[in-house]
Amino acid sequence: MATTTLSPRARAVRSSVAMKALMAVTGLIMIGFLLMHMYGNLKVFLGAEAFDHYAHWLKGDILYPLIPSGWFIWIFRAFMLAAIVLHAASAVHLWRKANAARGSSYVTTNRLQQSYAARTMRWGGVILVGFLVFHLLQFTAQVIKTGWNSGAGPYEMFVVSFQQWWLVLAYALWMVAVCMHIRHGFWSAAATLGANTSLASRRVWNGLAYCVAVLLYVGFMIAPLAVLFGVVK
Amino acid sequence: MNITLRVWRQAHGAPKGGMQTYQMQDVSPDMSFLEMLDLLNEKLTVEGIEPVAFDHDCREGICGMCGVVIDGSAHGRGASPVPTTTCQLHMRSFADGATIDVEPWRAGGFPVIKDLVVDRTAFDRIIQAGGFISVNTGSAPDANAAPVSKVDSDRAFDAATCIGCGACVAACPNGSAMLFTSAKITHLAMLPQGQPERWSRVKGMVAQHDAEGFGNCTNIGECAAVCPKEIPLDMISELNRELMHALFKKDAK
Amino acid sequence: MATQFVEEEVATTTTSDQLWREGAELRDAKAPGGPIEGKWHKRQFEAKLVNPANRRKLTVIIVGTGLAGGAAAASLGEAGYNVLNFCYQDSPRRAHSIAAQGGINAAKNYRNDNDSTFRLFYDTVKGGDYRARETNVYRLAEVSAAIIDQCVAQGVPFAREYGGLLDNRSFGGVQVQRTFYARGQTGQQLLIGAYQALERQVAVGTVKMYARHEMLELIVVDGRARGIIARDMVTGEIETHLADAVVLATGGYGNVFFLSTNAMGCNVTAGWRAHRKGAYFGNPCYTQIHPTCIPVHGETQSKLTLMSESLRNDGRIWVPKRAEDCDKDPRQIAEQDRDYYLERIYPAFGNLVPRDIASRQAKNMCDEGRGVGPAVNEKQTDGSIRNIRRGVYLDFADVISRIGRDGVAARYGNLFDMYAQITAEDPYETPMRIYPAVHYTMGGVWVDYDLMTTITGLYATGECNFSDHGANRLGASALMQGLADGYFVLPNTINDYLADAPFPKVSPDDPAVLEAVAGVKERIDTLLSIDGSRTVDSFHKELGHIMWEYCGMERTDAGLKRAIGLIRELKAEFWRDVKVTGVNEDFNQALERAGRVADFFELGELMCIDALHRRESCGGHFRAESQTPDGEALRHDEEFLYVGAWEYAGDTPVLHKEPLEYEYIELKQRSYK
Repeated sequence: MATTTLSPRARAVRSSVAMKALMAVTGLIMIGFLLMHMYGNLKVFLGAEAFDHYAHWLKGDILYPLIPSGWFIWIFRAFMLAAIVLHAASAVHLWRKANAARGSSYVTTNRLQQSYAARTMRWGGVILVGFLVFHLLQFTAQVIKTGWNSGAGPYEMFVVSFQQWWLVLAYALWMVAVCMHIRHGFWSAAATLGANTSLASRRVWNGLAYCVAVLLYVGFMIAPLAVLFGVVK
Repeated sequence: MNITLRVWRQAHGAPKGGMQTYQMQDVSPDMSFLEMLDLLNEKLTVEGIEPVAFDHDCREGICGMCGVVIDGSAHGRGASPVPTTTCQLHMRSFADGATIDVEPWRAGGFPVIKDLVVDRTAFDRIIQAGGFISVNTGSAPDANAAPVSKVDSDRAFDAATCIGCGACVAACPNGSAMLFTSAKITHLAMLPQGQPERWSRVKGMVAQHDAEGFGNCTNIGECAAVCPKEIPLDMISELNRELMHALFKKDAK
Repeated sequence: MATQFVEEEVATTTTSDQLWREGAELRDAKAPGGPIEGKWHKRQFEAKLVNPANRRKLTVIIVGTGLAGGAAAASLGEAGYNVLNFCYQDSPRRAHSIAAQGGINAAKNYRNDNDSTFRLFYDTVKGGDYRARETNVYRLAEVSAAIIDQCVAQGVPFAREYGGLLDNRSFGGVQVQRTFYARGQTGQQLLIGAYQALERQVAVGTVKMYARHEMLELIVVDGRARGIIARDMVTGEIETHLADAVVLATGGYGNVFFLSTNAMGCNVTAGWRAHRKGAYFGNPCYTQIHPTCIPVHGETQSKLTLMSESLRNDGRIWVPKRAEDCDKDPRQIAEQDRDYYLERIYPAFGNLVPRDIASRQAKNMCDEGRGVGPAVNEKQTDGSIRNIRRGVYLDFADVISRIGRDGVAARYGNLFDMYAQITAEDPYETPMRIYPAVHYTMGGVWVDYDLMTTITGLYATGECNFSDHGANRLGASALMQGLADGYFVLPNTINDYLADAPFPKVSPDDPAVLEAVAGVKERIDTLLSIDGSRTVDSFHKELGHIMWEYCGMERTDAGLKRAIGLIRELKAEFWRDVKVTGVNEDFNQALERAGRVADFFELGELMCIDALHRRESCGGHFRAESQTPDGEALRHDEEFLYVGAWEYAGDTPVLHKEPLEYEYIELKQRSYK
């Protein structure tokens, strides 16, 4: 009860509910980003020129001349990094609190409701971050080269990489983890932000969460598979 | 029926306990679960063994005093066809020859007192932090002075059916008491009489919830699944909405 | 301080069989004179006041946190007194008021159907079979409306109509719609309202809550109640709590019957300890036995569950005409082989006869061997065991065929579900089985108009006192009385006593305190050291059987005398052969129960003596020797128009009669033929 000297509002701001809201907002931002990312990836079907042009535009003159050319991508990266850091930091904080709150564990446990997705949110999140680092080193920093040479364009990197079955498999598995996280995370964010208003709306939000998760999975995996099976060369 | 019971025994003041196995013969399927524990205790007493301590009182599912985890689910919800308190669970829900595990509520906010008995006074302190309407005896206006729409009144009632048994906390993988807290927030937020203290109430109760060492909600729904009074999960969402709204409201001086 | 009652010149007499003695007549000296409508206002005006600035220097102990205790603790806390509130449960919200289903009466006349304070007063006195005090009941009716206002302001979610205003229903056979309700959980919602008000006072520090504490003795110093001895039920510590006044709000003693609709922990210890210290006990034998409860399933049953009385509006009660049909599937028993006994005996009222009559006839049918359901073993008067079925059918087949299954579900769905969960039988398919069960005790600690007992500075409120229900309680008036006492009566009368405070300071080393502590410890040590062969519950069950058999629905002179003997024997055996495991310095439920059962023995004996001396049938008390030629209850107003207030005096209690005077209501004999 160390916080009792704070004002009621200050205590509320520091409460687990406010922190959950922060997690929910940052999580939804990331889901928004993924939807956008997925949409961009699909441009691979329009050919090398369209794909490379799109990639170039992202790093180029968005919001120019409001801001200098090339700045947007860094502002955007900083924004996304902040979202990830806040999301993860609040998750770690709440995780530690929940561990203490749970007390000693049961000899026998029979969970009636909890889904696999919900149960794996925390460790799943850790795995996601690990693979995210790999993904950024691979396609953004281009430190890990999966079959291409320096100077390769985005389209070439994409195609060369996903012509290797093991990489497609690795991404397919990663996306399972991502989409499971989103399956529970999307619904949970909605509930945390107060959108769950009835049993019916609980069903709707859970349904929507499945839709978003499946959409992302299909949307992200269709291009690598197309490459693997030679539809996109 | 013959039953093998494995019951958590923990001495008062002891940091840890363990499961003890007892064989039960001639259990009638019509007995309630607590009557079966009575039978065990009668047997133990005659043998000179101290009986198993467990909380119980009304035995009609309304006082909220009883509550143990049976085969891994609070109030034995996993064995019961309908939402139930421990006292309303009957032995016919179990098979002859079954082995049944009985454990206390386990949560950081509910320390074990002895055997199956835990300390739930944290719930009272959460109510003290704002779960009331400040109206002194004698100062009330006429009961019909403030009409309440049937929708709001029914919603308030659904929330007010909470019996404060603590099954929600026991079932929550995060040891969270959000379902309990949200039921009181929702009950009073739906009524015109609850409006003057609406924002201070949610701020105070949520802060106390956290201070008691209860965890956060991850919207899993175990709490609502075991709730004997079927308090729905959306009440937690209601609490979230109330709290976020309250963040934009000034504190009273 | 004036004495609480007027001692009149009545010669002390001793009854022939030496079971009790008769002492001086007793009168309530607090109700002021004048017309009945003005008495409460007059009393409020005449009562001495305590300056708000002085209130925090005065300590009031309240034992119990139900409607009466919780409401009083909250209200006295709001007024500024320093309140210490005790309950044996882990939280004040668990008090057994929570289990009341039906509703709460109030003379609001929201339905425009001729209701008024006077009509509620009249119905309550008549329902009590003319054995309640007019002054108290009138006040109860008078404050009833304010209770509803108070509860609504606290956020109690009463049932409402589409227009947003409060809904009412008629209840318990009265002809006006004055009952406010909250689905089938009115008691729960009212209690949570009081609990919230109480917790608010705990938060601001006016009330200090002692949960898991049980009062084991009253401290009386120089004739005044000055505190209690309580046991911390977690650590076993015997604690002394001192105060300027003590309030008992400890509920009823129906658990003397072992099986009742009371919570398992309900007990008489606080009231009984006070009785032993000088508080008179009023009408102990007045017990309400509710006709529609789920029957006993076997010898291991621990408690009975009430099914709302409203079921009798549509259900038809019957038993087979022939005993040999009793184990048949009821659906296979032909219409002409069924005995709809209430419709047969009481053609005008049929299944809607009052509670006491419905209960007694169900017992008669089972005693004849025509009961239904599983047979259970019962010890007979001669000590032999009889295997007997205790249940009658409550059949909904007619109403289901009339309005359909859905129509019935809309009216009684939750009750049918509850029945199905407990019995695993589907009441839509086969008739329900019901049997009467003990569920309320009208008797209790004697109090005057101010709710003060015969011990100066000791008050009793709610079901714990004897005051407002006479010989029979009307439906939906228990909640009303608990809240009336707690919110409105006690907070306006206790000041009259506290105005004389501060009283001389009591030291924890005062001989009276030390004696009380020593007495409690000695009793606990004795219970723990007997180390006999029988469990506490086995004694409690046997006591319950005796009480149920001889002091239950129908009582006889011979039976009651026999019961007194049996109880005395059993009590002696208890103190010789009970086994209480464990130690005092621990969480020890066996020890808690042992202390309660020990007091139930003494209470049970007094109940039988009270029932024995009252040679009339009234309300919940049916004396076989006092009935009309066609077997109905017969009151004897000329002889028994009084409250029987008992003074503790060891084995031979002393009866003080408080005459009842009816100025406003005419005495009538009930008839339902």
